[in-house]
Amino acid sequence: MTTPEEQVLLGERPVPEAPRRAQDEARTARRERLRLLLRSRTFLAGAAIFNIFVFCAIFGAAVVPYDPLGSPADIANQLQPPSSSHFFGTDQLGRDVFSRVVVGARDILTVAPAATLLGTILGAALGLTTGYFRGTVDDVVMRIVDAFLAIPLVILALVALVALGPSKGTIIVVIGVVFAPIIARTVRAAVLAERDLDYVQAARLRNERAPYVMFAEILPNVMAPIVVEFTVRLGYAIFAIATLSFLGFGVQPPAPDWGVQIKENYIVINGGYWWPTLFPALAIASLVISINLMSDGISRTSQ
Amino acid sequence: MGRFLLKRLGLALVTLLLLSVIIFVAAQLLPGDVGRAILGPFADQRAVDELNEELGTNRPIIVQYLDWMRGVLTGDLGDSYAFNRPVEDLLWPALEKSAKLALLAFLIVVPIGIFGGVAAALKEGRFRDRVISIGGLSATAIPEFVWAVVMIMIFGLWLNVLPVTAQAPAGADFFTQVEYLLLPALCLVFVLFGYIARMARAGTIEALDADYTRTAFLKGLPRRTVIRRHVLRNSLLPTIAVVATQVGYLIGGLVAIELIFNYNGIGQLIFRAAQKRDFPLLESAVLVVGIVYLVATLLADLLYSVVNPRIRLTASES
Repeated sequence: MTTPEEQVLLGERPVPEAPRRAQDEARTARRERLRLLLRSRTFLAGAAIFNIFVFCAIFGAAVVPYDPLGSPADIANQLQPPSSSHFFGTDQLGRDVFSRVVVGARDILTVAPAATLLGTILGAALGLTTGYFRGTVDDVVMRIVDAFLAIPLVILALVALVALGPSKGTIIVVIGVVFAPIIARTVRAAVLAERDLDYVQAARLRNERAPYVMFAEILPNVMAPIVVEFTVRLGYAIFAIATLSFLGFGVQPPAPDWGVQIKENYIVINGGYWWPTLFPALAIASLVISINLMSDGISRTSQ
Repeated sequence: MGRFLLKRLGLALVTLLLLSVIIFVAAQLLPGDVGRAILGPFADQRAVDELNEELGTNRPIIVQYLDWMRGVLTGDLGDSYAFNRPVEDLLWPALEKSAKLALLAFLIVVPIGIFGGVAAALKEGRFRDRVISIGGLSATAIPEFVWAVVMIMIFGLWLNVLPVTAQAPAGADFFTQVEYLLLPALCLVFVLFGYIARMARAGTIEALDADYTRTAFLKGLPRRTVIRRHVLRNSLLPTIAVVATQVGYLIGGLVAIELIFNYNGIGQLIFRAAQKRDFPLLESAVLVVGIVYLVATLLADLLYSVVNPRIRLTASES
């Protein structure tokens, strides 16, 4: 009698479809994580708030009652307190604060995710390479990463934006490049834990090329920390971009950006005009909190 | 210990060298034509050439870098283009002011953060833990300038109890100075709280799980004694050492805070230098920030290794 394994070797039986089973397992695990995620109250609360801002970003411009960029007639009603015709009042130029806050979601929700995505892709590539090859490349890159981390994020971005000039494209590139070393460090740590496992050895013994092993074998297995890192960095990206706009080196006026609105109006708080500053401030705060709630939920379920 | 110290110092020097290259690249190479960047697109080409000649930015890149490094090493940081004064004269007073503000923020946030983290860890996974963890995480993620405008509204406008500028009148006594610095320091406290609480929480949870804690409980020591003598002693020292690494982050936060509260520290100096495209001043100020961060992390590492000898062993093995 031959065992099933021997029958396979003798060609009497087809090779069992192991890869598909592995895929099925991965799919079940993913479904299980999603199910856990949808039961996490922190994630759901975060997602609910976040979706309001996504709605504002997509449809805001179409539904707001006034032109967020203002009209010549506005100048007559500057700094009106909140009322039924202007829910959030009007700013120093008489523009409707409610319309500006709603439409302001669009800039931050395009620039911040784009910058974070760029940083994640660069960082993941860097982390995979240094973690996989170790050795001199690793040492050199990690020293450079250390040096990058010695400069506060906002200041590094500030210097680069002064040199390159502010525009949405440069903000995305600058924040992305500044994030890359930080993300690389996390990805590298995850890769170090994977690189000596059996499946990596097996791939190497099959004589696969290094890029294949890195991107097709290791990458899918370190996706969970990368996703968590992405959501955490997204919060920081909003932090950094809002701060840069506030300092005048990010999104430029008259765009209805929240940081720009606070920059334009915080001077008049002491005169009792708190509304043009408070509402964009609350918008920034609730957006970053919603992202933090979501990333807290994701990191809990992916553990 | 000597070997560890030397190795750590060597690494810090290498990092410092790389740091100077990064700053040089960002401030002197990225703008392309520095004179043009300072004077703007409509300036006369002759004026641009003259400025480049004056700043030395028309020389080969490597010569410029070596020249800047020689200046840094001999304590001559050059002249600020916008303020027409030696960079050192602007830098040191600003650094001193920022140090005062940062010190006050640290004195407030370290005890509160540790207390919050330990309180959360003792109820791990329960309601109190979730409130402190998520609250801390959210407070950390909200930019300092958002905290600042909200604080100004609450304390300056509605309660009218605290000054909304940070600079105390000349000759003010110690307590008046603290009063003026309180609001800006509080904004930094909010941003730092979450991080410190998270470190203290993680350290305490680890210590609670340790064998020595179980032994202490099993030999019948009261809970209070176990926590004070066995858990806290092991969990807090690393936390305190790690706090030092937040110094760099704090300085980044100072840019917006000092601007809002009108305080001429290093943050506002960097902001003004950036606004006026004063690259010589900007370069040196950012380098100083980096050095402060490296020194702080170096001290933190040393403190940690004195407290925990195991670190020395693993570091010299690797």
